Parts: sequence; structure tokens; C-alpha cells
Amino acid sequence: MTETPEKIAGVEVGERRITIPGFTEEGENLAAETNIAADHTHGGLGESKEITSGAGSRANRHTGFNLAEFPDPTGREEEWRFTPLKKLAGVLSDTPTEGAGTDREPVDYQVSGTVEGVVVSTLRHGESPRGDVLQPADRAAVVGYKNVDEALHIKVTQNTEVAEPIRVDITGKAAGARANGHIVIESEPNSKAVVVLEHRGSADFNGNVEVKAADGASVSVISLQRWENDAVHVGQHDAEVGRDATYKHVAVTLGGHTVRLNTNFRYAAEGARAEMYGLYFADAGQHIEHRTFVDHNTPRNSSDVLYKGALQGETARSVWVGDVLIRKEAEGTDSYEKNQNLVLTDGARADSVPNLEIETGLIEGAGHASSTGRFDDNHLFYLMSRGIPEDIARQLVVRGFMNEIVQKIEVPSIRESLADDLERELRISGH
Amino acid sequence: MSTLEIKDLHVSIETDQGTKHILKGVSLTISSGEIHAIMGPNGSGKSTLASTIAGHPRYEVTKGEILLDGEDVLEMGPDERAQAGLFLAMQYPVEVPGVTMTNFLRTAKTAIDGEAPKLRTWTKEVKQAMEKLRIDADFANRNVNEGFSGGEKKRVEILQLELFKPKFAILDETDSGLDIDALRVVSEGVNRAHEDNDMGTLLITHYTRILNYIKPSFVHVFVDGRVAEQGGPELADELEANGYDRFLATAAAGV
Ligand SMILES: Nc1ncnc2c1ncn2[C@@H]1O[C@H](COP(=O)(O)OP(=O)(O)OP(=O)(O)O)[C@@H](O)[C@H]1O
Ligand SMILES: [Mg+2]
Repeated sequence: MTETPEKIAGVEVGERRITIPGFTEEGENLAAETNIAADHTHGGLGESKEITSGAGSRANRHTGFNLAEFPDPTGREEEWRFTPLKKLAGVLSDTPTEGAGTDREPVDYQVSGTVEGVVVSTLRHGESPRGDVLQPADRAAVVGYKNVDEALHIKVTQNTEVAEPIRVDITGKAAGARANGHIVIESEPNSKAVVVLEHRGSADFNGNVEVKAADGASVSVISLQRWENDAVHVGQHDAEVGRDATYKHVAVTLGGHTVRLNTNFRYAAEGARAEMYGLYFADAGQHIEHRTFVDHNTPRNSSDVLYKGALQGETARSVWVGDVLIRKEAEGTDSYEKNQNLVLTDGARADSVPNLEIETGLIEGAGHASSTGRFDDNHLFYLMSRGIPEDIARQLVVRGFMNEIVQKIEVPSIRESLADDLERELRISGH
Repeated sequence: MSTLEIKDLHVSIETDQGTKHILKGVSLTISSGEIHAIMGPNGSGKSTLASTIAGHPRYEVTKGEILLDGEDVLEMGPDERAQAGLFLAMQYPVEVPGVTMTNFLRTAKTAIDGEAPKLRTWTKEVKQAMEKLRIDADFANRNVNEGFSGGEKKRVEILQLELFKPKFAILDETDSGLDIDALRVVSEGVNRAHEDNDMGTLLITHYTRILNYIKPSFVHVFVDGRVAEQGGPELADELEANGYDRFLATAAAGV
């Protein structure tokens, strides 16, 4: 499929490059015949808004630590308009963790894989670097921030390269019980680490994560949402990426009743590469929402965002809103974002909204794309008429579609377990 | 030596306007190594016959049978039919999102043979078959039929035919949309499958041109959901010269 280049602020944008060799055009044409998503997703190319100033610009989104400045959302706000607020009541209130400070807290944290050069401690309010990177951008983030006394602090010291992933197992033990969490990941200059945050079990979980990737550091954060199906999870994951640093955030959301993750990054200097990848599978009754924001606030950095989701079952719902802001000073920026959804059954709905704002013409490139395609009976018949049994046909389609993201995960055991997860997801929702 | 027997086949579909009877008693027998051509006006039910043999769930068989070496094909799902040795090259091959050709071909071959092909020889076999059909190597990395041109889709159907080695192939207007060179290349592919595997073929077409390459021993004129006349290759030439008027008049009178 060829997509005609668009111009935003005089700069050519649009389909421009594909990131992985061997996966050229994967899923590119998904929207060709059927497009069930709402009006803001069309064809292979998503909506783009030409906003350079004004209240709609991401540059003007309010952030801060003062709860009074974040009233209860009504659902009409831009950042809440797709979210089922009722289901989030348990995580939006200004409430401490149940049984805080006792051993009855509903969420348990286990840190493992820390080797020499990795320091694990806690940070109270006001203790740097807590709050240096996180910029709460909605009520969920600010109440979460406020209600954690001691944040988990993982520091990878200068020049330390950690071969095996550092794991944080975050396990919910009481469905419906409120828990607030805060993790600060600090990568000192020229350090290298992969941090896996694995969410399991059930709780009403409000968890913020902030990541400081210092100059020359390389950090991957893999956030796995493998919740039970009655869990609720909101969270803001912010990163600041230093000079010549590499940052990668991968969000994998399979479980949970309602999950809403805001993942963001900005830069501290020049020469950095930052990426956000996401994979989600929404079943009947699930609401899975990912919002990404790339803030090109300094010159000569690159970014790549790719989120892929499959939906199966009545009322399965996914939302992706991808904001990219290339500020006036961010000359030489190279940026791309894309979201693709695969709708496996009737009744599921995927919303996909890429927003690209460009305030300078002096950039390397900026592109965005969005598509929502359907897997239907004709696809199934075609595969079956070639001898492929129905269950394998579905697996083939979903795995093939998701593979591009799975490959981004540098931990082999996670890649393998994801294959099993996807198989199970397909079975759960039945057909 | 295999036989595919279609006996007094009646097929209907449910539409918003109610039940529509499309096939009204089709009988046909094909044996290994035989080539049968089916020609008939638009809407006469040729693709319906093809899809019904392949097991498309949309088409309901209300009467009659399909037997492959005496086995009841109608009892089988579409995947089982393919595993039993039937292959349909579709008039409109379907674009399948998310699945690369490489992955698709290997999975299908595994399902049909009941075991995974040896990786090294398989990769070579696929590559050679693609070369013979003049399909560019990078198609292997693309999603099944996605964004392929009409002619490219048809070539890829024949690629599958050659790789899967069915006992019987139904080619539904495989020649439509092919340029002159592609028509030759594709016909050669069908003839190879024919010779190598003693394949029986049911070739649905509107044009006699392909019959210069793929030579049928039987021609069936398909009108209004049944076979109106059978003959040898000369029947195709007569149709080319005179059209279907003679048969349409009979069909209308028969109502
Ligand atoms: N899925 C369907 N829904 C509605 N009508 C159908 C469907 N499939 C077939 N028909 C109708 O049945 C009749 C036979 O269609 P079919 O596609 O079998 O014809 P054909 O002989 O292959 O025609 P052509 O030469 O144009 O390919 C047509 O009137 C067609 O409109
Ligand atoms: Mg037809």
C-alpha cells in the first residue's frame, strides 16, 4: 500500500520507513476492506491534527504535583474521553494503600536479579531523584504519587552492565483493594540494564514509574500486565533520556479488567534514541488503553513508537492515543509512530488516534500511521482451505501480527511465554 | 488412481431476500490425470460449485453428494478436504492480514502432509517454485495476498498448487487478469502439477485462450446451476464462435 505523503507545517510526513527488515509491510493494509473503528481512524493512515498552539496542543497539558489542580474527571476531557471512568473509581480517589505499612498491603513487590552495581533502596517524598522525572499529567498519576510514602528505588551505577534482567514482581493479592505504587529507575552514565515489571494477581492498582536514563545509558523497561481479569490498573511511566542514551519501553497488556497506561518520554540533551512498543490483547469485557507521548524537546534525537493490538469478543475495547510533539527547538528530530489493530470478532472496538504536532520545519523526518483491520470468515476459510485447522489459523494470524513487537523484547523467556499467552488468550475468548 | 464424484448436487444460500437456489443438480466425475473445463455465463453457479467442493460454510448442500474415492467429502471441514487432497485456486484470493507467505506456506504444508517439511529442502523448493512462476523473492516476506495485484494473486494460487501437490485441483478463472506471459507461466505450472502428481483438474474459464496451454479432454457447458452439455475440446471452440444463446434458450424453455 502506498500512502501519500502529508504535509504538516510544511514538512512532509507520512509512511516513510518500516523498522524491521523482513517485516516490511506487515499488516500495512489491514484497513483495506473493513474498518470498524470510529471516525478518527481511517484507511491506513490515522488522523493527524495540525496544532501548533492553543489549548489542544500537548505542549499545554497541565502537569504537576498539586492534587487541587486535577479535579475529578467528567469524561469530557480530551485525556479521559475514551475511558470508562466508573470502572476507575477505585484508583482515582485520593486514598492510601489499604493496610499501608502492614503486611496486609494488597500488592507485594519482589525484586530479583540485582547484581553488584545495582542498588535497591526506597525514597521518601522530597528525596531525589524521586519526582525528578515524573510529571503527573492526570488525576490518577497525582493521587498515586501523593499516596506512596516510600518509592522503590533501583539504581544501576555508573558503567555497570547488567546481563540478566532485573525483575520486579508486582503481585496483587486482593481484588478491589486499593494499592499505590511508585518505582524510580535510575540508570547512571554508561550503565546498561533491562528491567522487567511483571504485574500479576489482582488489585485496584495505581502505579507510577519514572526512569532516568543518564548520558550514554541504555535502559529497557518491559512492563507486563498479566493481571487476573478483575484487576484495575492505571499508571504513568515517564522517562527522561540523556545524551547519547538509549531507552526502550515495552508495554504488554493481556490481563486486567481495565488498564490505562500513560507512557511518556522526553530528552535531556542530544543524540539519544528512545522507543515505545506495545502489544495488547483485549477480550470480552476488557478495556485496555495506552497513551503514549513523545516530547521532542531538544534537538537531534530520534524516537519510534509502535503499538499492536488484537481484540476478540463482544465489548472488547482498546484505545491507543499517540502524541508526538516536535518543539520549535527540536531541530534534526527523527520520529515515527504507528498503531495497528486486528479485530478478530464482531462487537470489539479499537480506537486509534495518532497526534503529530510539529513546530519546526528543520527535522529529519516525522511519520505516523494507524490502521484497524478485521480477521473474518473469509480469511479463516482461505487458511482452512489450505488444510490449516481453525485454531491454528487463528493463532497464525495473531502471532504473525504480534511478532513484530515480540521480537523487540530482548528477554528470550518472555518471548516464549508470550507465545503461550497468546494461544491461551485465543482459547479463553472462544469463537 | 483417484476419482472425485459430484452427484446431483443442489446448493442454496441464505440471503436477506430469502433462500436462493444456485446449483440445481450438478453431476460430474473427474479421475486422476483428467482435465475438465467448465464454461458458462456469469452467475451460472461455477464459483458456487467450486466453493462448495472446497467447503465454504456459506453454501448449503440441500441434496446430492460429493465423494472423493468413495469418501463423503460433505462430512469434512474445509481443512480436512484440503488434507484429503482437494485444492481450490480461488477466483478472488483472500488477503490475510498479519501472516507472511513464508509462514503460511510452511503451516499449510505441515497441515496437509501431517508433518513439518524438512526446513532446508522446503525453503529451496519454495524458492524454485517461485522462480518458475516468476514471483519475486520478496513476496515470501509479505502478508498473504496483501496488496498483491490481481495477476500476482493468481500466480500465488498456482504456487500453492505446485507446493501442496493435491489430487484434484479446481481452478476458478485462474486465467482472468493474467497478462499473456503470466498466462503461459501459470499454465506451465498447472501442467507440471498434472504430470508430476497425476492431478485431476477442473478448470473454470471464460476464454479458450488458456485451453491452448492446458488442454482439456472434456468440456462442460454450465448454465443456470447445471451442466447443460458435455463434449470434447471442440465444444469450447463452438462456444467461442456462437456464445451461450443456444443453451440459454433451452434453459429458459426448461423453466
Ligand atoms: N455469497 C453470495 N451471496 C449472494 N449471492 C450469491 C453468493 N454467492 C453466489 N451468489 C449468487 O449465485 C449466483 C451464482 O454465482 P457464482 O459466483 O457461482 O457464478 P459464476 O458462474 O461463478 O459467475 P462468474 O462467471 O461471474 O464468476 C449469482 O447469481 C450470484 O449472485
Ligand atoms: Mg465465478
